[in-house]
Amino acid sequence: MKLNIILAGVGGQGILTIAAILDTAALASNLNIKQSEVHGMSQRGGAVESHVRISDKEIYSDLIPKGKADMIISVEPMELLRYLPFLKKDGLLVTDSNPFLNITNYPELEELYAEIQSYPNSILIDANKIAKDLGNSKATNIVLLGAASSQLPLSDESVQQAITTLFTRKGERIVAKNLEAFKKGKEIAVNLISK
Amino acid sequence: MKKLLLGNEALAQAAIDAGISGVYAYPGTPSTEITEYIQKSKIAQELNIHSNWSVNEKTAMEAALGMSFAGKRTMTVMKHVGLNVAADVFMNMSISGINGGLVVVVADDPSMHSSQNEQDSRYYGKFAMIPMLEPSNQQETYDITKYAFDLSEKFGLPVLIRMVTRLSHSRAGVITGERVAQKEIKLPKNERQFQLIPMHARGRYNHLIDIQPDMQENSENSYYNQLTKGTDTSFGIITAGIAYNYLMENFEDGNCPYSVLKISQYPLPKKSVKYLFDTCEKILVLEDGYPFIEEMISDFLNENKKVIGRLTGDVPRVGELNPDNIGKALGFTVIASKEIPNIVTGRPPELCVGCGHRDLFNAINELGKEADTQKVFGDIGCYALGALPPFNSINTLIDMGASITMAKGASDAGIHPAIAIIGDSTFTHSGMTGLLEAVVENTKMTVIISDNSAIAMTGAQDSSASGRLVNICKGIGVDSDHLKVLTPLHKNLEENIELIRNEINYDGVSVIISQRPCVQLSKEKKDNIKHLLEIAIN
Repeated sequence: MKLNIILAGVGGQGILTIAAILDTAALASNLNIKQSEVHGMSQRGGAVESHVRISDKEIYSDLIPKGKADMIISVEPMELLRYLPFLKKDGLLVTDSNPFLNITNYPELEELYAEIQSYPNSILIDANKIAKDLGNSKATNIVLLGAASSQLPLSDESVQQAITTLFTRKGERIVAKNLEAFKKGKEIAVNLISK
Repeated sequence: MKKLLLGNEALAQAAIDAGISGVYAYPGTPSTEITEYIQKSKIAQELNIHSNWSVNEKTAMEAALGMSFAGKRTMTVMKHVGLNVAADVFMNMSISGINGGLVVVVADDPSMHSSQNEQDSRYYGKFAMIPMLEPSNQQETYDITKYAFDLSEKFGLPVLIRMVTRLSHSRAGVITGERVAQKEIKLPKNERQFQLIPMHARGRYNHLIDIQPDMQENSENSYYNQLTKGTDTSFGIITAGIAYNYLMENFEDGNCPYSVLKISQYPLPKKSVKYLFDTCEKILVLEDGYPFIEEMISDFLNENKKVIGRLTGDVPRVGELNPDNIGKALGFTVIASKEIPNIVTGRPPELCVGCGHRDLFNAINELGKEADTQKVFGDIGCYALGALPPFNSINTLIDMGASITMAKGASDAGIHPAIAIIGDSTFTHSGMTGLLEAVVENTKMTVIISDNSAIAMTGAQDSSASGRLVNICKGIGVDSDHLKVLTPLHKNLEENIELIRNEINYDGVSVIISQRPCVQLSKEKKDNIKHLLEIAIN
C-alpha cells in the first residue's frame, strides 16, 4: 500500500493542519510517513504545497515524483491546477471553490471551474460555506479532508482520532465542530460520486 | 515509540540528547526550526540549555566556541549565507580546535526557495579541513547529530552538519534514544590552544594537517558511508545526503542494480570511490547543491566523461534534485500525465495586509515621483518584497546590512537621494557598523529602519533591537536633530512624506525609525514591545 497526496493552497490557509491530521492518523496506524512542507518566504501569501506520502513499506523520497500523486487536495481552486503534472492518470482532485484573490490577473472563475470539472475524478465544493453553515468557517480544510477521506488508506476512526488529538488544546466545542466538518465533507463527496 | 519530526526537529532533539548546554543561532530559512524546537522543549528548559537568539551568526558561533572552551557541548545553527557572516570564527576555530564538542549546523537552500543564492556549505567544511556530515533522512539526522558530538571530541575539531531545505522541512517518524548528561566545566589542557598568535597558530595548523589522515581513515570506515555492490556495471553511483532517497525512489522497493556509494560523512572515502572507478564504466554523481564531489573526482580534462553529473549536464547544473531529474539522468522517462493549464497564473509572496512596510513604501514611492534620481537600497527581510509589484520600491538587495553601506558608496559616487531601508533585526545583525561609517563622514544619505520589532520573515522571532534603536543610533553618533521616529499608517501618509522629504534634503546622514509592530505578532508580544519602547523613552 502506498498513497501520495499533494496538499495545495496559499500561505496561511492552513494546509499544514490537513497534513498534521494525515500524519498523526498514519503514525497511529503503524504506517510510514514522509511529509514535506514549505516554510519561509512563500508563506507570505504565496503558493504553498505539502507532499504527504503514506506507505506500509519504506518511503525514500520526501518529494512525490511527477505523475505519481494519487490525489491533490486544495483549499483554493487555481492552486489545485498548479500541481496537475504530479497527478497520476485518473487521480482524484478535491478542492474548495472559493478563490483567494491576492493577485490582479486571477483567471475567470467559470473558466477555472470548467477546467477542474473536465477531469473525471474531481470534487469541486464550496467547503467554506459548508463549514460556515456548521458554525466554524475555519474548518474549511477539514471539510475537504472529509471529502477526500473515502479514498484514503486510513480508517475514519483513525482520522477522527487524529482530529480529536490535534484540536483538543482548543476545547471540546472546536473538536466537535471539526469532527462534524469531516463527516459532512465525506457525506457530500459520497453523494457527488454516486450521482 | 516513533515521534513525528521535521529533519530540523530530529536534529534539535538529538542535540538535546547529546547533552548540549547551549545552542547559539540567528534565524534563517531553512534552519530556524532547530533552535525554536530547543526553545520550546520542556526538557531543554528544565536543563537550562541556553537557546536565546543571537544577534548574528558570527556572535552565535563565537559564543558557542566560548561554551566549548569551558568544556561543554554546544551547537551553532544558521542558514548557508549565515556561514559567510560567521566565516571568520569558523575558519579560525578549525585552527584552534575545540574543547567541549562543538557542532556547526548549516542548512543550505538549493533552488533558493527563501535565499539569494544556493551556495554549498560543503566547500566551507573542506576549506576549514574539518569532518563533515550530511544526513539523508530524518532518522539518520537524529543518529548522525549525536555521532557528530562524539566525532568533534574525538578529533578536537568542530564538525559541520550540512542540511538542505527538503530534509529540514520534511517530517517522518523518528525513534529517539537515551539522553546523556551535560558536561561540567573542564578547561582546555593546553593553555596555548586558543591563543592564535602566529607562533601558536602555526603549531595548531600543523596539528590540523597532521590529523587529516586520521579523519580520512575514520571516514573510510564510517557507518555513514556505505557501498552497496550492484550487478549492473554500466554505472556506479555516488549519492550525497538526501540524493540517495531520490535515487532509490526510481527503483521498485529500492532495488537498484548499480553499485551505489552512499555518502554521509566527509572527507570523501577513497577506497570506495576507487572501487567504483575500477568496476564501473561510468560514475554518476548525485548531490544536492554544487558539483562538489563531482569536481573532486573528475580529472581536469575529463575527456572520456568517466564521471558524469551536474558538470556534464546529465543532471541539471542548478536547482535542487528530485526523483524526476535523477530518473532522467538514469535514462528513465518521466511521465507527467498533464501540463499546468494556461489559465494558472503565478502567485508570488507578498507583504501581509496591514503590514507597516506597505505604508512606508507608499511614502517612499511618492517621494520617488518628486526626484527621479532617488535610489533605494534594500536589505534582507520581509521588506525585500518591496522589490516586487505593486511597490517596485527598492533597487538593490544583496546581503544582511548592505543597504546602509551600499547607500553610502552610492552617495559617495554622487547619487542623491540615497535611501537605505533596513529592518530592525537586520540593523542590529549587520547594519550598525555601516551606520558608524556614514556618521564618521557625515555622508549625505537617509537610513530608514523599518522597525516591526520582530524577525518577521522567519516567523516573528524576538528581535535584539526591540526598544533599543533610538539609543543605539544616538550612541553611534547620529545627530539627535536628524534622528526621527514615524508611525507608518495610511492616515499619517502626508506627514510621513514631509518628514522623510526633510531628512532627504539634509546634507548629512539622518536616521528615520519607521515603527509599527509586525501584524503577525501576538497581542502579548505587541504589549511587551510597547513596554520596551516606553522604558527606552524614559
